[in-house]
Amino acid sequence: MAETKEKSLSDEKPKPRVRPIVRLGIFLISHSFHVSVVCCTAGVLALFLLPVLAKNTYISENALMPGSASPMLSNQHVSDGNRLVKDLTNPNSKSSETGIESHKIIAQYMLDLGAEVSFHKFHPQMNQFHPLHFFSSPDSGKIQENYSCSSYGINTVGIIRAPHGDGKEAIVLVTPYNALKSGFGEALSLGIAYSVFSLLTQVTWLAKDIIWLVADSQYGEYAAVAAWLREYQTPKFSSLSTPNAEMCPDVNNLFELKGHSISGSKFSNSFRRAGTMASALVLKVRDQNEQFEDTISIYAEASNGQMPNLDLINVVNYLAVHRQGLRVNVEKLWSLLNSSWLKSLGEIFESLAKVAKSLYPKWKFGIPATEYVEGTATLASSLYYQALGVPTGPHGAFRDYQVDAITLEISPKFSLDKVWRNDILLRGGRLIEGVIRSVNNLLEKFHQSFFLYLLTSPSKFVSVGVYMIAFAFLIAPLPMVAASLYVDANSSSNCSKGDSSTPSAITDTDEHSIAIRSWRWLNSAKLVFIVHLWGAIVSLLPYFISQIPDCSPTTSFMIWVLLSILSLLTLNSVLASPLACAKATQEKEWALVKSVTISSVFIGLGLMSVINFATAEIGALLMVPMCLLAQPLKLDVRAGTLRSFCRMICNLVLGHIAFPPAALFLLKGMLDGFGNANVGDFWMWVESLWAWNSATYLFIVEVTYIFSHG
Amino acid sequence: MVLLQRPHILLLLIDTHQFLQCWIAFGSANEEGQQQEEFSEELLVKPLPDHKLLAHFHFQSSAPPSTSNGCHHHLFPKAISQLVQKFRVKEMELSFTQGRWNYESWGGFDPISSSNAKPPGVELWAVFDVPQHHIDASWKNLTHTLSGLFCASINFLESTATYSTPEWSFPPASGNVRYGTFPCEAVCTENLTPWLRLLPCRDKAGIALLLDRPSLYRGFYHSQRLHLTSTESSSEGIDSGIILEQTLTVVLQPNSERAIEVHASEKHVQPSWSLSSIFGKQVSGRCVLAKSSSVYLLLDWGLVAELKFPNKENGKSAANGLTSENFWSNPSFELSVNPDRIFLEESSSHSKSLSILYMFQVEKYSESEPFDIGLMWKVPVAWLCQQTPLHASRFFMGSGNERGAIAISLKSTQFTEGFMSANSKDGSCELRVDVFQVVPWYVKVYFHSLRVFVDQQPRAVSDFIEKIHVSPSKDKMSPGVMEVVLKLPCRVNTAALTIEFDKGFLRIDEYPPDANQGFDIPSAIISFPNFHASMVFLEDDSLNRSPLLSKFQEKCPVMSYTEVLLVPLTTPDFSMPYNVSTIKCTVFALYFGSLLNVLQRRVAEEERFLKAKAAKKTGRLPLLLSKLSAKLRGRRREPLHSPPSSSSFINSKLVLKVILVAGLAVGWQYFFS
Repeated sequence: MAETKEKSLSDEKPKPRVRPIVRLGIFLISHSFHVSVVCCTAGVLALFLLPVLAKNTYISENALMPGSASPMLSNQHVSDGNRLVKDLTNPNSKSSETGIESHKIIAQYMLDLGAEVSFHKFHPQMNQFHPLHFFSSPDSGKIQENYSCSSYGINTVGIIRAPHGDGKEAIVLVTPYNALKSGFGEALSLGIAYSVFSLLTQVTWLAKDIIWLVADSQYGEYAAVAAWLREYQTPKFSSLSTPNAEMCPDVNNLFELKGHSISGSKFSNSFRRAGTMASALVLKVRDQNEQFEDTISIYAEASNGQMPNLDLINVVNYLAVHRQGLRVNVEKLWSLLNSSWLKSLGEIFESLAKVAKSLYPKWKFGIPATEYVEGTATLASSLYYQALGVPTGPHGAFRDYQVDAITLEISPKFSLDKVWRNDILLRGGRLIEGVIRSVNNLLEKFHQSFFLYLLTSPSKFVSVGVYMIAFAFLIAPLPMVAASLYVDANSSSNCSKGDSSTPSAITDTDEHSIAIRSWRWLNSAKLVFIVHLWGAIVSLLPYFISQIPDCSPTTSFMIWVLLSILSLLTLNSVLASPLACAKATQEKEWALVKSVTISSVFIGLGLMSVINFATAEIGALLMVPMCLLAQPLKLDVRAGTLRSFCRMICNLVLGHIAFPPAALFLLKGMLDGFGNANVGDFWMWVESLWAWNSATYLFIVEVTYIFSHG
Repeated sequence: MVLLQRPHILLLLIDTHQFLQCWIAFGSANEEGQQQEEFSEELLVKPLPDHKLLAHFHFQSSAPPSTSNGCHHHLFPKAISQLVQKFRVKEMELSFTQGRWNYESWGGFDPISSSNAKPPGVELWAVFDVPQHHIDASWKNLTHTLSGLFCASINFLESTATYSTPEWSFPPASGNVRYGTFPCEAVCTENLTPWLRLLPCRDKAGIALLLDRPSLYRGFYHSQRLHLTSTESSSEGIDSGIILEQTLTVVLQPNSERAIEVHASEKHVQPSWSLSSIFGKQVSGRCVLAKSSSVYLLLDWGLVAELKFPNKENGKSAANGLTSENFWSNPSFELSVNPDRIFLEESSSHSKSLSILYMFQVEKYSESEPFDIGLMWKVPVAWLCQQTPLHASRFFMGSGNERGAIAISLKSTQFTEGFMSANSKDGSCELRVDVFQVVPWYVKVYFHSLRVFVDQQPRAVSDFIEKIHVSPSKDKMSPGVMEVVLKLPCRVNTAALTIEFDKGFLRIDEYPPDANQGFDIPSAIISFPNFHASMVFLEDDSLNRSPLLSKFQEKCPVMSYTEVLLVPLTTPDFSMPYNVSTIKCTVFALYFGSLLNVLQRRVAEEERFLKAKAAKKTGRLPLLLSKLSAKLRGRRREPLHSPPSSSSFINSKLVLKVILVAGLAVGWQYFFS
């Protein structure tokens, strides 16, 4: 095509202007190699620049007004909370085997405050991998199993109705509590929640109902919260499926407890609801702590990289830092903190910023190197958890129902002093009170601030507009390379045809052959499609493998590998056989195949960046170089030059690194040392990913295609 | 008209004269009977099980058919009578409510709760006495009038998308009813003041003196209601007689001092209270214009059963012997004022116990000796109010912005179970439940997806639904209305109705200012037509009946409202219009620019121009410029002719030059700053 155009252009002596945009396009396509090198470097560089470009957070929603009211939580409430902590840690209460006693204590405390109390019993539901439910909403159709009486959990739920409110909205406070083996930290978190709860029964400013959920965490915190939410949002009215827990004596015992209570109407064993949930806070207190000051860690990542509204984090951060004097932490990749290359990179950026500042005093983008390292570590962890798609705490269950939620983990500097305990109760309680009061002030749901962001520190963030630039740089070369490859393939095939067949001029102009040539990419598309099909089959296989009972991770992984190879062979023999023959004759075809693959990868990454940015970013980092460098090994071997040899080595290394099991192995090796890595780990990892319906899984499959191309 | 007005003025004169006379000798006015406008004020106080107190103010004004005195009134508010005459309102009820009625602990089976427990916000229904095609116009005007009268946004109910026409499930069953609610109205003093202005004494005298705003709005529930019935029948040609009933129901916490509650021993003792402690005011005499002015203290039959009056059995047998001292001097509580009379409930449907009503006449008290009753509890008591046969709650199911389901779950309250079985005389005991549900149009309900679950079993809809009336919503025109009559077996434990819906899209100008809050779905009304909440108290003189007590005797079906729901709809980013317009403008500019370019271009002429340009000799500077431009162009054109490696030579030279200059500039700046 380009050739014909060129010919026609050269025919005329005075050249008419070609449209600049077309010219630019042609220029970029013809220089695709340089452009792609520049773009990829720029993309990686921009990624490393993100901590520098991070902006300070600010509270966007004016209605929140955090900290504008002085805290009302007094020592009276703290001593109430202390009473509960004492009762719970009292060895007498732990005598019961099922831990029902402590639930009764909590329920009694809630009742005494005048709250409505109910127990919610649930059976922990294993996360079942279902390959077809990737993007569907959390479904109510749960898999029925025969539960035994012994395996159920009890959530205790207390609800305060806002005296003046209309009950349309609610704020949820969650404290995970394992009655069987509760540490002191869990009891303390209950104490904090109780002191806040006892305050909230008296205040007049409450406009939203308050739900306090004591989640039974003996089957995992997430499972308990998710079970409660499932019952809240998608209850089942028919009892055919649910087992009769009423048969179990313990549960009956539990429900009979309050029958004679003085405010009997407040207690019911039926499920109680309040309105639409405005936001949720999960409160935890860590048992051991090696820190020197009281810190509070914020966990925000929910499933598939969804984040709560930034305003929620801002409010917590503001209140913790400026009101309660707590240090706020966001999760970091600790291993990155000590890396020297990152430090030197930070120093380079710092010095660059200094130079820039001296050039033009208004350019103030530099941050100190240590800050840069910390920011990068935080950014990396937030990228990692968003990409992984596994929620970092029970708050993830809320995000599935579009409720903004975060987990707050208070890690106090540990001492057994009573004064210290009161202090933690008071400060933690005031923090929770402040956050609840702020959310209570909200007239609308959280919508003002960002939902798409990466945190580099509790008070700094990178918004979507900034981090997308890095990604755009990274994937920009893909369409250009695809186009140039396509053009090359067409022109070169023309040449080869011209060489082989004598009447070149006539055949070239023959419309029929042009039509055939212009549709030739369909062949390679078919090949790519077959490989994708194989990838899909491979990705579906684990579901069937997991049905096989009693399989160790290693054996099931082996089965998986075997089955996938087998399926590749069958697919190849059944579907691709004519193509394989054709392939032997046309070696130049690879360029077309590569072009189609690259464009499909481009489309895939573009779509993935909308769904889950972090996955797309990490995927692009791995796949873009691989796509650009991919070249059939045969050709490279035949060429025999140094350059092609280097390229071959690069290909092989990249292809192996980017293959997910290998990547995981390397990552694990880097983090923990190679000794304890194991093939079975990959299976476990993949299994955990299905469980969360992670989008990462899709990505892995995609990588597998590319590998197969290589 | 002028001629017609004259007699009225005359009448007015006569009336004022009469009125003055009446005013001087008020006692004699009563004797004139039904021809006279009447006003009565009453207050009922009732302790609630959860340490709270219910205060129910009941003001009733009545105007006789207005032929007697034209369009002028002494006591009756003129605004209301004009409204009735203008819009030919047969019956109307308007309520402003803040907070929620707690059906579980405050009961739902007594006349107070079934007629005064209202959904949050504004509720208005009206029955008109006009031809069918005029009803909507009358409703529209009525909403505007009321909106002006009560300083509320009732006028939002004028649009057809907000009100509905219940066919038969709504209590005053007739086709002329219009029903509308506005759940997000915030109720405050600005609504109370115009309401008080309708009273002849306002809040300057009488029982209304107690209406202290801060203490009222501190309460847990606050509902002001205005109910009017005009006993007019236009066919007979007799003009209207209007009864205006104004009630204010508040639930208050007698003392919020926590210190008392802390002591474990006293935790369950009901707080003692007096009128002055809860309202901060006392009643200094009655409103002089009132026919009767009395305060009642109602002890629920559940409470009475708990209190164990020493001679309970005697009291029941000798119900007429009300003078018995035992009823008000009880070991468990003490009244600060001796009641003037004690009423005992006439044997009601439930036979366990009987409610007791203490009556206090306010007339006896004056400024110097204000009226202030108080109740002192001595021992802890706990009781339960009688609840509705089924406790209804409504909630949303599902998540996401696309679809969902509304579920109404009915749960049997064990409290009334025995009562229900006693009620069933014939073998097949059935419990009839009416459900009336209005859904705004943007919640597109699929009525075919209605499912019924009885006792946790999915059942066929036809088994339990006796009658159903559905009017589907029309976009931006009318809301969806669903009226269902359920026949449930008496022994039912739980029942649930679910119905699915899709969330619709609104136009950008249809969003309210706080669109991100979500949209309200008004309460559903669950009524039990087989059950009637009534309290019949024995009264010796039927002539001088108290309006409040006669109201209690009316058989009104038990009704309860469900919660208001908040449905989050997809909302656009409201800065979006700006973005859209900029993008649109860019696209238009690009499109029209290239279009014009194509249309204008003449290929042949261009070629000739280029040729001429090439042929023309130019000076030195233009030559240089053209060379430069040729170079620049060549850089771009070059790759087409030759492989990129050769073309990049010129390129890199230029780039190098540029970089050199930039570097020089930077260095200069760096060293000399």
